[in-house]
Amino acid sequence: MSSDQPFITDESQVVTETRDARMTGQGDRFNSRLREAFGSSPFILTKFDKFLNWCRGSSMFMLQFGIACCSIEMMHTYAVKHDLDRFGSGVPRASPRQADVMIVPGTIVSKFAPRMKRVYDQMPEPKFVVGMGSCTISGGPFQEGYNVIKGAEEVIPIDIHVPGCPPRPEALVYGVVKLQERVANGEAAPVTVKPYELEEFSDLERDELVDKLADQIDDDELVMRYNFADSP
Amino acid sequence: MSLERPDSVDDGAVERTPDELEALLGDLVVDRDDHLNAPGFVIRPDTVQETLSILKEQAGYDHLSVVSAQEYENRYESIYHLKKFDDPTQEVSVVVPADKDNPVSESAEPVFRTADWHEREAYDLIGIEYDDHPDLRRILLPETWQGHPLSMDYDKDRPQIATLPEHANPLQEHHKDAESDTMFLNIGPHHPATHGVLHLKTTLDGEQVIDVEPDIGYLHRSEEQMAQNGTYRHQIMPYPDRWDYISAGLLNEWAYARAAEDLADIEVPEYAQVIRTMGAEMCRIAAHMLALATFALDINGDFTATFMYAINDRERVQNLLEDLTGQRLMFNYFRLGGVVWDLPEPREEFFSKTRDFLDQLPESIEEYHNLITSNEIFQMRTIDTGVLPPEVAKNYGATGPVARGSGVDYDLRRDDPYGYYDELDWDVITEDGCDNFSRLLVRMREVEESAKIIEQCVDLLEDWPEDERNIQANVPRTLRPDDDTEIYRAVEGAKGELGIYIRADGTDKPARFKIRSPCFSNLQTLPEMANGEYIPDVVAALGSLDIVLGEVDR
Repeated sequence: MSSDQPFITDESQVVTETRDARMTGQGDRFNSRLREAFGSSPFILTKFDKFLNWCRGSSMFMLQFGIACCSIEMMHTYAVKHDLDRFGSGVPRASPRQADVMIVPGTIVSKFAPRMKRVYDQMPEPKFVVGMGSCTISGGPFQEGYNVIKGAEEVIPIDIHVPGCPPRPEALVYGVVKLQERVANGEAAPVTVKPYELEEFSDLERDELVDKLADQIDDDELVMRYNFADSP
Repeated sequence: MSLERPDSVDDGAVERTPDELEALLGDLVVDRDDHLNAPGFVIRPDTVQETLSILKEQAGYDHLSVVSAQEYENRYESIYHLKKFDDPTQEVSVVVPADKDNPVSESAEPVFRTADWHEREAYDLIGIEYDDHPDLRRILLPETWQGHPLSMDYDKDRPQIATLPEHANPLQEHHKDAESDTMFLNIGPHHPATHGVLHLKTTLDGEQVIDVEPDIGYLHRSEEQMAQNGTYRHQIMPYPDRWDYISAGLLNEWAYARAAEDLADIEVPEYAQVIRTMGAEMCRIAAHMLALATFALDINGDFTATFMYAINDRERVQNLLEDLTGQRLMFNYFRLGGVVWDLPEPREEFFSKTRDFLDQLPESIEEYHNLITSNEIFQMRTIDTGVLPPEVAKNYGATGPVARGSGVDYDLRRDDPYGYYDELDWDVITEDGCDNFSRLLVRMREVEESAKIIEQCVDLLEDWPEDERNIQANVPRTLRPDDDTEIYRAVEGAKGELGIYIRADGTDKPARFKIRSPCFSNLQTLPEMANGEYIPDVVAALGSLDIVLGEVDR
């Protein structure tokens, strides 16, 4: 092709039956507008990052993670009627190593927080968290409990909070779709300060409690220390 | 008439008056401390085993419902609530005070196996130590927890440390040769087959399970403390919904309502009782549907279709419950003395929707039978696995479909009637297989019975005269039951006997609120069913127990 000629697609050289059939026969449903916009050009120009974010947001693998009451509504969200899979995020994976999104569906208590942190750490980056229900926001109805962590955000960062006790499946679907939108737009999650970390016992600051437990816990054992007096 | 007991009365069921019991126990009784539901005998802390074995073997009290422990200003106290499997209206409480400075009491574990976990819980939360207990350590809280949270001097603001332990092979040192080495396997707390956050410490020899130890407490949300902080009239009722959260909300609310109404002497209008009965049975259907769904998933991943079918049926019940209560899952529908509001208007629409659901139910159940119970793979996995003999079930205090699947004919709806159940025509389902299959079959057949109950309730409600639709009794705004009245009352929840022990102290909040969770006792039977079997059978046995961790850990 000589350089003085602008690029024009020679329609007569392009096989258009499929495109035409889609554009005319089916209405808007089968991406006919998109096809119209693309014309016959087989290329899309975009930034690689943007494309990757779009891929991420369009196909999210959820972690199959049931904690408490909310997990029942979460199961309903995955199952018939609500069917989260319609939005491209309905495949629960049993292993954290295959998952992108963790829905935290329930109350976090002292014994479970280290485990949840471990499961979160096992997920590959980039990872996202949806906090489902009031308990993951603040401890919810159990906030006063002696054993309850006042919100999942004290342990892991959370991208989207879905309030409710429990939220309806529709609300969870909305939350997940919102997360997908944010991921597709490349918006980063705010980094929050997490007071509770998993650390080796020997790294804890020495105080009365640590001295008392010194003969029960090995130095290299992972522990989580809760400061109930300072939590919200 | 279906509600009468099928077998004749045997020696164990002979009713004795409290005075006869006192005479039977003789010198063991140092005092009387009667509860509203049962006579209470105070005994010395070192005669627990002796007293309980006399009551069990000579008087026929073979069911230790629960051990509730509490701390008073001047003493600790453990109460053993005993019943008979043959007639749960015959109850007796054994009250064991323990010294304030050195709270030690004899363990009941050699007499009732179920006391094992109950006493561990009492030790964990209250701080009573049990002599002669096989394995006294914390059960709900982390091992490294400081203090006993329901004791009087507990400081809830103190810092705590929880560990993430790495598990060593527990049997390694006992086996010296290379051939008999065992392997330690953690199942959970995050695992699809554990139905929540349960942790099974499993020791394997090859593929065979030598020992399985359930490690619970990953969802211990201080439910008893929350109830003790709430007022009787309104603030406690939302919490029962969250014990057994598999849509069994109304059944749980009824447990609290029944205990508190009997404590405060409130009469519930008949119309409200019919609504309660109908709602509770809808909840039972929803709960059993989920049990079926997850059990099918546990047995074989290919049963995902069954899961979807069952969830579909659950959605139908939940729609009805949402119409009735305004909520899908956490209903908060009962009030002391009745229910919060009447049936939704237009009533005809609600009735016809309910009837539509009941009409299609036999067809759905037929489908389930086609999909699973008549499926050869399913039968191979469940028949004769997870065997729980009736005597073992009783010893562990198993109730509900677990006990009825072992042929123990025990259902509080019939044996200790409440609500409107004794006016209706329905059957108690039992199966004699004692295996995983029987337990599933009991649940599926119970769904049919629940449908029968709902249908009769709908008939009654439809014809109820308009001016007699009284949904709530007159209940004072603030309830203050008399000081030092104690009561234990139980209802038949979706998983079994769900009981509440309340001690009133004259204020508008309970001084002690103890939940007897059926799942807690049922889960204890898991090692009996699983030891010696293969790993997949452990998963099947666990699925057939149908535990809810919210109720196990509370």
